[in-house]
Amino acid sequence: MRRFADLFERLDRTTSTNARLDAMAAYFRETPPEDAAWGVYFLIGEKLKRLVKSADLRRWAMREAGIEEWLFRECRASVGDMAETIALLLPERAHDPEPSPEPVLLLETLGEDADAPSERDLSLSRWVERLSVLRHLEPREQERRVVSWWRELSAREVFILNKLMTGALRVGVSRTLVVRALARAFNIEKERVAHRLMGGFEPTPDAFCRLIAPEGSAEDRNVSRPYPFFLASPIAATSDQEADVESLGDAREYLAEWKWDGIRAQLIKRAGEAGGSLTLWSRGDEDLTLRFPEVTAAAARTPGAFVLDGELVAYDHDAQRPHPFGVLQTRIGRTNVHERALREAPGVFIAYDVLELDAADLRSRALVERRRLLEDLLHAHAGDRRAITVSECVVATSWEALRERRASSRSRGVEGLMLKRLDSPYRVGRVRGDWWKWKVEPLTIDAVLTYAQPGSGRRANLLTDYTFSVWRNEPGGELVTITKAYSGLNAKEIETLDKWIRQHTLERFGPVRRVEPTHVFEIGFEAIGVSDRHKAGLALRFPRMLRWRTDKNPHDADTLASVLELLPSRGADAPPAQTVQEADALHPLPEKTEDSRTL
Amino acid sequence: MPASPDLLRVDDLGLRCELGSFHVDPWRPVEHAVITHAHADHARPGSGRYWCAEAGLGLARRRLGAKAEITPIPYGQPFDLGSVRVSLHPAGHVLGSAQVRVESPAGEVWVAAGDYKRAHDPTCAPFEPIPCDAFITEATFALPVYRFPEPGIVMDEIVRWWRENAERGRVCVLFCYALGKAQRLLAELHARREQLPQAFAWVHGSTNLLNPAYAEGGIDLLPTRRVSDRDANNPKDAHGKRDYTGHLVLAPPSAAGSTWMRRFGPASRVDTAFASGWMHIRGVRRRRGYDRGFVISDHADWADLVRTIEEIGCRRVLATHGSSRTLARYLREQGLDASELETPYETEGEDG
Repeated sequence: MRRFADLFERLDRTTSTNARLDAMAAYFRETPPEDAAWGVYFLIGEKLKRLVKSADLRRWAMREAGIEEWLFRECRASVGDMAETIALLLPERAHDPEPSPEPVLLLETLGEDADAPSERDLSLSRWVERLSVLRHLEPREQERRVVSWWRELSAREVFILNKLMTGALRVGVSRTLVVRALARAFNIEKERVAHRLMGGFEPTPDAFCRLIAPEGSAEDRNVSRPYPFFLASPIAATSDQEADVESLGDAREYLAEWKWDGIRAQLIKRAGEAGGSLTLWSRGDEDLTLRFPEVTAAAARTPGAFVLDGELVAYDHDAQRPHPFGVLQTRIGRTNVHERALREAPGVFIAYDVLELDAADLRSRALVERRRLLEDLLHAHAGDRRAITVSECVVATSWEALRERRASSRSRGVEGLMLKRLDSPYRVGRVRGDWWKWKVEPLTIDAVLTYAQPGSGRRANLLTDYTFSVWRNEPGGELVTITKAYSGLNAKEIETLDKWIRQHTLERFGPVRRVEPTHVFEIGFEAIGVSDRHKAGLALRFPRMLRWRTDKNPHDADTLASVLELLPSRGADAPPAQTVQEADALHPLPEKTEDSRTL
Repeated sequence: MPASPDLLRVDDLGLRCELGSFHVDPWRPVEHAVITHAHADHARPGSGRYWCAEAGLGLARRRLGAKAEITPIPYGQPFDLGSVRVSLHPAGHVLGSAQVRVESPAGEVWVAAGDYKRAHDPTCAPFEPIPCDAFITEATFALPVYRFPEPGIVMDEIVRWWRENAERGRVCVLFCYALGKAQRLLAELHARREQLPQAFAWVHGSTNLLNPAYAEGGIDLLPTRRVSDRDANNPKDAHGKRDYTGHLVLAPPSAAGSTWMRRFGPASRVDTAFASGWMHIRGVRRRRGYDRGFVISDHADWADLVRTIEEIGCRRVLATHGSSRTLARYLREQGLDASELETPYETEGEDG
């Protein structure tokens, strides 16, 4: 594990992309496949299935460090990371040796041979084996083993070990960067590595060897493997913060489609042994096949072999628009799909593109041609209330006309428009130039900052998890919490606000501070719905801070009544006043943040 | 015996001693000010008269101005203010930093320690534990996760970092607080001068301003050159820029990301680091976007705070700055009479 811990340290010690690529490439080249496979797995952000309860881990660490729970919590809030908190709290241990010098360097003069694995240094794969056993042990035995490891490893290794036990590594390298490092290490096209990494990576030596196999090997034919997704870029803004669509050229060179708010996915139906394969893969590399049987059944009925790119939504057939994202969420994570779920939240795959047809890779063909093939494929098998449809083209010949159509987005339950060059191939990843997203302006409210608590990760020890409130009735009366938001402020604003919060804290509940209701922020969000998550009885989708309204005083903030105006239909959906009151009593404090949130 | 009023307590202007009619480190101008050290948030100009440790006179003078009326007092020498007896004792924080000991006519002793540390620092006299009835302690790093490594080990890492970057043809920019930390680093580097790629370091003007005060105090620092001085020994490179390849530059954190940094060439050729206790936390280090973080602090870590309070053996502890609530609660659980010293400013600046 020392080699992996060294890699981690090296990645952590530089902000240079090139240095990170070099460090990873060297690691992949020099590490035996059984370990390199796990290296890839952890670096792309995968984690081991839960091995121990995190409450247990905390208890063992508290015992080992000899501190009380309240003090552990204070530390955890300040450090912003469970694995690191434990590593820092455990009793004193030997100072880590410097990681071995980078391969490009020959630092003979500095001489320590930190790379030579010591007698006691176990390889990464052996550590994973050791860890995997934990799951099946009694808590007492789990504790005995974990504590003995804590005692024998160096601080840096303890940190890595804790990371492997508690969740993702988060060393600031993206999947794309890992792909580039593999491509660099073994001299393969990065698009090919990206493709080979799709569809879930099994951390086995075989899988690693397939990942780095020479071009054109048998490895590149796998019946259930999706293609890397082509992602659209946001359009550059003009000086007045409007998307500068005119800069994209002639509107007639683009295909415009609605930007659906669902889960981007690939529907794969391929011929092969044992009847071939039928798979639904999300962009997050999750296998959704069993979760949306209505979609896979429809794909099975559609003749031919194909790979479609599209959006999975829960569709309201009566209203002829998608349900809000929250409804789709009730279907995710459920493999045992009941009749009621199929009726109330039917899944529909809205196909954007066809990437492969009867075993031929179409990605290099022009979009306009792929689109025609897609329509031929699906229209031939049209039926009412189908679980697979073709995404509608928004026909217009000028930006002005498109702008008008885009204005209807919210009433259609979509996020705006997608603009795709008619002649564009289907590229890999987020490549600027061909595909653009033209999102609708967010909904906004003005809300007052009322609570704050420290952030995680790189916002450790900074008060950056904010809770906002609006007036329940008249301004100056009672404030009710409506949303949390974390993003949108720049580093300088964060620092200023942090300082202000510390000086204007009215009350503290552990790490949470209630602050003077002074600062007003314009909160932007994509949609609003009824929920008991916050006192206001509402939930905002993708809330973020658009502006710090230093020009406004708290009395200018919105009232609950003015926010309710934004609800899509002020009918049965709107929360009766009574419900809001009750939700209040249940939530005396703003909600806790989950450890898992990435920043 | 009725409880006597607190010898030191916070009012609008700072930490006030009623019997002595003076303030310790007042944040607004007062008549009489006793200064623990010369950092800007402790030594503010505008007061009528100042007292400070003799070793800190040079720095205090630079901070408070030529016209300020300052009385330097040698460490340990008592002097009377009002009806109390005051003396200053080394705090180990920066050159001339002092704990303020105040003794009432009834013999009650309070010590306001100001900022302090117990770790080795060649630029200032080491902290002396002073027996007292009440101890006012800082709590900047008062969480058990703060357990700092030996400064010697960290200094060796800094030397190694400089050497590696010199071999790779890169420039090292080490950010550090301009008063105290910069000179401590320069003194430690001077002690390791045989191992350094260069016999001097470049410094930002604000850092250099304070170095003479150290020379006056007889402290050997690695020689420095001001970046802003045009120096014939530092030739221009092909792009007409001065070539800092292989050199170390010390600069205050405020210079990070500023146009001032451009002179050192493209970011890909510059390795940046920050020397501070805050670098102990990975998230803080990553947020600041430095390549490296060196954990070296002028404040006591958790272990040293707890050890110091034990050694002093006082009944009562008042904690201020940073995690004062946490420290006070912890000490109460250990059976001490501990509380937070409420100040209007909860400073948790990252200058540690």
